[in-house]
Amino acid sequence: MILIQGKGVSKGVEQGTLYFYERPDSTIIKGSKLGPEAEKERFANAQTVSIDQLHALAEKCLEEAGEETAILFETHAMFIEDDDYVECVLNAIEEESCTAEYAVNQAGEQFAEMFASMDDAYMQARAADIKDISRRLLDNLMGIVPGGIASEEPVILAADDLAPSETLQLDKSKILGFVTQEGSGNSHTAILARTMGIPAICGTGSALGRSYHGRQAYIDGETGEVFIEPDALTLAALKEKHDKQLEMKQLYETMKGLEDVTLDGKNVMLYCNIGSPEDLSAVINNDGQGIGLFRSEFLYLGASDYPTEDEQFEAYKAVAAAMKGKRVIIRTLDIGADKQVDYFEMKKEENPAMGVRAIRICLNRPEVFRTQLRALYRASAYGKVAIMFPMITSVWEVKECKRACQKVMAELESEGIPFNKDTEIGIMIETPASVFVADALAKEVDFFSVGTNDLTQYTLACDRQANDLGKFFDPHHPAVLRALKMAADAAHEAGIWIGICGELGADPDLLPTFLALGIDELSVSPTSVLPLRAELRKSIAKTCTLEMLDC
Amino acid sequence: MKQFLYTITDPLGIHARPAGLLAKEAKKFGAACTITKDGQTKKLTQLMMIMSLGVKQGDTVTIAADGADEDVAIEALEAFFKSNL
Repeated sequence: MILIQGKGVSKGVEQGTLYFYERPDSTIIKGSKLGPEAEKERFANAQTVSIDQLHALAEKCLEEAGEETAILFETHAMFIEDDDYVECVLNAIEEESCTAEYAVNQAGEQFAEMFASMDDAYMQARAADIKDISRRLLDNLMGIVPGGIASEEPVILAADDLAPSETLQLDKSKILGFVTQEGSGNSHTAILARTMGIPAICGTGSALGRSYHGRQAYIDGETGEVFIEPDALTLAALKEKHDKQLEMKQLYETMKGLEDVTLDGKNVMLYCNIGSPEDLSAVINNDGQGIGLFRSEFLYLGASDYPTEDEQFEAYKAVAAAMKGKRVIIRTLDIGADKQVDYFEMKKEENPAMGVRAIRICLNRPEVFRTQLRALYRASAYGKVAIMFPMITSVWEVKECKRACQKVMAELESEGIPFNKDTEIGIMIETPASVFVADALAKEVDFFSVGTNDLTQYTLACDRQANDLGKFFDPHHPAVLRALKMAADAAHEAGIWIGICGELGADPDLLPTFLALGIDELSVSPTSVLPLRAELRKSIAKTCTLEMLDC
Repeated sequence: MKQFLYTITDPLGIHARPAGLLAKEAKKFGAACTITKDGQTKKLTQLMMIMSLGVKQGDTVTIAADGADEDVAIEALEAFFKSNL
């Protein structure tokens, strides 16, 4: 047995094969080292594999999804065999002495362009099909597995660290848990794991080597332990823990449908944090009473260009409609700092956490902001949408945001597009500045939501991504909790509500403090809703104290 | 050479699926099979080129077959257009 110690960042015990994530190298090199004949053969092989894949997909669809989708894949197979397309690829390989990848990419762009320039909407949409088949051929040429995991069975995914754009591409149905060499409890892998309700361990360092790929392991997301090929005694203990976990799960099931209220009648809204419409099923399965934080970044991170208004509208509408009148708070884009997107072409910053990020980007680039606000207001006609602005430090920023909202509403009005003019507007309280001027900010908005991860980072001057700050990064620090009190008092003074949408919201040790502060809403990972409800329902708000604010 | 005129009735015109099936059908014959719309002629085996003609409902196209098995080919193609397009 080998024991590796990391930091447990998402609870749960799981067993499975360790799978080391291979970062796909998708750079296309032009010049071929193999020569035209070999490149042609590589192309022919990729063609055969792709066509086989498409036929298999078509067959699967015929059984599961119906004929329409099956036909789509059949058509893709025909495109790959199309004489002109193939000729275009082969000619390029011959004449430009380029790699098969380069030729496929070029032919794909050429044919996609041909369809995109036709004056028929149906044919224009075929450009996407061409890009899709090019992608498939390229993946097969470069040995890239879509979804990133080349395993039939679900695995424990190991990596050095995973970027948000990487986790987005992963096939979640194949992941039992995460183990990463780097990262911390606030890293995006940790947040994703908590949303999925699966264990995650970060910061194992180099002890977790690539040589463990394929070995059987048990991971304990509470203690942060990774056991590789555990001995009989450890195995028995882990099995017991695993069984207990199942038992607790059944217990939490009984919490479904119950009211979020303390024994003495204080109601707290228990909402969920989500990162994409994919997470909706987790919200509904865990009986979340609303969405307290819908991060809109997935639309930007998963794309190679700015998402269009319609793309955004569809995503927001899907969530708003699915929540059937329950509140859905959508945060405007929070790019920058640890979330970088190439096409934004941001300048490299020495200290991105304090650089041009989130609302600062939006206020600097009115067109990007306008597109998102239009999509948000259009979606407001389909459910109870609320808009939330991140990284606020000043009253003028909020006023400028509100002016942008007014402008967008006036546009939609004149275009006859439906929207809800009473859409709530709120801000994130995540900078010390916003805490100090909370009284003035509260007069401008309908609600506050505290982002505890960033508030802790900026209050304590501790980088949330660094994992060697250890005891210095303390979200229970009285300074953080006192900041929370200042914001809560300011909100209540102005007659608006205040919530918490950071990870701290799910911390059972802090629930008494939150109740004493009169926090109105807690937005947590979907899997934390039922345990938190159980905790809330046995609490007495009146007897809760602020003792944790003492130093 | 044998040929016939045909007016498209399918509301989507010659979209991806029939174009694909058409290319498959045309490959069965030795005769050179072509489609002509507004003076532009494409081989029926060229799936994407057929699509690039952007043939819509109500458009009239000329279908031709030229070669040893042109009789069989033109008959099969006419049947194909009538049942699919």
